Amino acid sequence: MLALTKNTSPNRQLAKFFIIAFAGVAALMLTLHYAGRALSGGSSDVSAVDEAANSISILLRDEPPQLDSSRATDAISGMVLGHVMEGLVRMGLDSRLEGAVAKDWEVTPTTATFWLRDNAKWNDGQPVTAADFIFAWQTALKPETASEYAFLLFAIKKAEAVNKGELPSSALGVNAPDPYTLVIELERPVPFFDKMLVFPTFYPIREDFYAATNGRFGADADQLLYNGPFQISRWVHGSSMTFERNPHFWNQDEIHLDTIHVPYITSDGTASLNFFKDGRIASTGLQAENLTEAMRMGWQIRQHRDGTVFFLEFNHRPERLTDNLNLRRAVQRVLDMEEMVYKVTKLPGYEPGVSLFPGWLMGVSAPLREEHPPQKVVPDLTAAKGYLAAAMQELNLTEPPELVLLAGDNPISNIQSEWVQQSLKAKLGIDVKIDKQIFKQRLAKMTSGDFDLVLAGWGPDYNDPLTFGDLFASWNKNNRGRYNSAALDALIEIAQTRLEPAVRMRAFGDIQQHLIENAVLLPMYERGVTYVVDPRIRQLKRRVIGPDPDVSRAYIDSSGE
Amino acid sequence: MLKYFAKRLVLGLVTIWFIASATFFGMHAVPGDPLAGDKAVTAQIRANLAAKYGLDKPLGTQYLIYLGNIAKGDFGISYTQENRRVNDIIREHFPISATLGILAIVFAGLGGVLWGALTALYRNRWPDVVIMFLVILGISVPSFVVAAISQWSLVGLNVAAGTTVLPIGGWGSVWHMLVPALVLGLSTMAYLTRLMRSSMLEVVSTDYIRTAKAKGLPATQIFSRHQLRNAILPVITVLGPAIAGITTGGFVVEIVFAIPGLGRYFVQAIQQLDYTVIMGTTVFYGAFLVFMVILVDLLYGLVDPRVRVDQ
Repeated sequence: MLALTKNTSPNRQLAKFFIIAFAGVAALMLTLHYAGRALSGGSSDVSAVDEAANSISILLRDEPPQLDSSRATDAISGMVLGHVMEGLVRMGLDSRLEGAVAKDWEVTPTTATFWLRDNAKWNDGQPVTAADFIFAWQTALKPETASEYAFLLFAIKKAEAVNKGELPSSALGVNAPDPYTLVIELERPVPFFDKMLVFPTFYPIREDFYAATNGRFGADADQLLYNGPFQISRWVHGSSMTFERNPHFWNQDEIHLDTIHVPYITSDGTASLNFFKDGRIASTGLQAENLTEAMRMGWQIRQHRDGTVFFLEFNHRPERLTDNLNLRRAVQRVLDMEEMVYKVTKLPGYEPGVSLFPGWLMGVSAPLREEHPPQKVVPDLTAAKGYLAAAMQELNLTEPPELVLLAGDNPISNIQSEWVQQSLKAKLGIDVKIDKQIFKQRLAKMTSGDFDLVLAGWGPDYNDPLTFGDLFASWNKNNRGRYNSAALDALIEIAQTRLEPAVRMRAFGDIQQHLIENAVLLPMYERGVTYVVDPRIRQLKRRVIGPDPDVSRAYIDSSGE
Repeated sequence: MLKYFAKRLVLGLVTIWFIASATFFGMHAVPGDPLAGDKAVTAQIRANLAAKYGLDKPLGTQYLIYLGNIAKGDFGISYTQENRRVNDIIREHFPISATLGILAIVFAGLGGVLWGALTALYRNRWPDVVIMFLVILGISVPSFVVAAISQWSLVGLNVAAGTTVLPIGGWGSVWHMLVPALVLGLSTMAYLTRLMRSSMLEVVSTDYIRTAKAKGLPATQIFSRHQLRNAILPVITVLGPAIAGITTGGFVVEIVFAIPGLGRYFVQAIQQLDYTVIMGTTVFYGAFLVFMVILVDLLYGLVDPRVRVDQ
C-alpha cells in the first residue's frame, strides 16, 4: 500500500514535468522558428527538378571561397563562375572550343586577335567590350592582387614584368583598336593560346563596377557583375545559392532553364546521396559502397574521368638516396599499379597510371597516348632485385635503405601508402616510413624537400599536353622533387616554342619516354568519378576543362525516353 | 556579490588573453605555410600575399598588432575566403550554431533529468535496464554514425510517406532543426541521464530524506522538494561547459545535415591553416566558454542556497 503511493506520486510528478517540458520545448521551437528565419535566410526546400518553375537543384561540395575571377583558383569557384560569366571562348557541349564573347579569332606566332560580338552584354544591359578584358587581365597581374594564377597570363607580352612590379599594368601587351576588337601581343609563340582563355582568370571584369565594390569584388551576390547565361540572385554563405537566367545574355536560344538552385552545401558524400534519394538534388556522386544500392534502385550509373593524374614522385635532390637511378628503377619494377587500382583501392572509374599524360589529352588528330603510346613497365621482381643490388653498391649500403614516404591524411592515401610500404618491404626488403601530414604541412615538406617519396597529383589548367608536359622542367616551381635534366629541359623547350603540331606532339612523346626510362615519377592512377543524374535532366555536362558539372545548357525532359 | 562578479570577470579576461596568446604562438609553431596552395607561386606573388596579411613582420610585432586588433574586436580577413572578414563569418554563422546548440541542450537537459529520475525511481527494474542500455549506446556511438543513420531513416520515412515529412537537411525552419538538434544533444543527454541517476540514488539514502519520510511528508513533496532539487545540482554544474561544447562541437552534424554553422569553419580553418579564422573562432569560443562557466556559477547560487558567494 505504502509502496504503491510512493511510486505513483513521483510518477505523477514526472508526468507533470514531462508535460511542462514538452510545452516548453514546443514554445522554444516556435520562437526559434521565427528567430531562425529572421536571422538567416535558410535553404528553401526545392525539388531536384521542378518542371513548372523550369528549375533544377544541385549540390555544391563546398562554399566558393570567393568569386573574383582574377583570383579564383579552385574548382568550386570555377564551376559557379562558369555558369554566371563568359570569357572570349568556351568549351562547347562537344568539348570543342567555340566562340563566346568573341565571334571570331586568329592566333599567329606573335599576336592573337579577337573580334567581339556587339550583342554580348553585362546583366545591367551595358555591352561587354575589349576594355573589360584588358582591365581584368591587368588586375590579375597587379602585384597587389596577389593572384596565384597570374602565371597563366605570362604568354602575353610584358605580363611577367607587370606581375613582378617592374612595369605598370598599362604596359601590358594588349590593346583595343576599337571597343569590339582585342589585339594581344604574345611574349613567345603559344600555339594553344586560345584554349587557355577558357580559364576564369581570363574572364572580363568591368572597371567602374570593380572600383565601386571597394575591394569586396566577388564577395557577395551583389558584389559581382555578370555576363554569363545566369546571374546569382541569392547567396547565403555556407548555405545556399540561386542562379537566375540573365535576361541580357546574348545567346538565349542555348539556355533552357530559368533557375538553378543550390539548396545545400556539404562535403559529405553520404548526405549528398541522401539528398538525391529524397528528390532534393538532380545529381550526386557515388562512393564504392553505394554502387550496389544504386544498381538495385535501377539508376543509370555514369562515369567521368576528371583529368587528374596521381603519381608517386621521387625526391631528386642530390643528398637523397632516391637521386640514385637504380634505386628508383627497383621501386618502379615492383609496384604494380594495376594491382593497386583493381585489388587494393577498388574505386569505381579509376584507371591504373601508365604515363604522366592522361588519356584524354589530344595529339595531332587522335589522343596523344594513341599517337605516342607509353612504354609499358612490366613488374619484374628479378630485374628489380638486380637494380636494388646495383643501387646498394653505388650507395655503399649493406642493407636495403629506409625511405620516407610523405602522404596526405585521407582514407584513400592511407590505403595507398600502406600498400607501397607493404609491397616494398615484402618484395625488396626496403623499409618505408610513412609520414602522414595534413594538406598545408605536406605542401611545406614537399617544397623543402623533406621526403624520399611523395604521393602527389596534378590536374590540368588548360587543354594542351603542356599543362602536364612542363611539370618536371628544372625551372618549374611545382617540380617539388627538383628533378633536373638538361635533356628533358630541351624537349620541353621544343614543346613550348615550336608551332608545328606534329613536332610538338613528338616532343611530348619523348618527354613521356624520358620520364618512364629515368623513373622520374611513377604514375599511379587517373582519377574517376561515378555519379548519377536525375533521368529527366538532359545535357548535364561533366568536364575536364571548364566548369564541372556544367548545367548551363541543361534542360528538363520528362518524356522518359 | 558584485565584487565577486567583478573578480570573476577580470579572471575571465586574463583567461581569454591566455587562450589568445597560446593559440597565436601554437598556431605559428605548427609547420606549414598558410599561404601555400596546390600550385606553387612565384616568390613575388608569395611576398605580395605575405605583405597583405602582415606575415612579413617579425612574430613579436605580429602578436602585438593582433592583440591590439582583438581589443578592438577586429579579427581580420580570412586567408581562404579572401574577401570575408572573420567578424562577418562569426556574425553570420554563430547564431545558427547557437540556435541548434540551445535546442540540443534543452533536449539534453530535459531528457537527462527525466530519464535519470525515471531510472532512479525504477532502479534495477526493466525501465532502468532499457534506458541504461540506450544510454550506453548514446554515449558510445559516435555522432557521425548517429547523424548518418538518422538522416538515412528520414529518407526512408519520406519515401514511405510519399511526401516530405521532415526535411533531411538544410536550414531555415524549425523542422530543419529538430533531428539535427536531437542528434547533437544525444550524447550529452545520455551523459546527463547517468549523472542524474547516480545523483538521485545518492540523495535518496541521505539523512534528510529519511527525516522527511519519518516526518510523514507526502511522497510527492519529498520527491520534488528534496530529492529532485538536490540531485539536479551536479547536472547544472556540467551544463555550462556542455552548452559551450555543444554549440562549438557541431561540426559533424553541420556537415551531414548541410547546416551553415560556425563549426565547419572552425574545423576547416585548422585544416587549411587559415590563421585569422583559427584565431577569431578560438578566441570567440574561448570567451563564450568562460562566460558560460561564470553564468553557471551564478546560477548555482540561485538553485542551492548553501552556495551563496557574498560571505
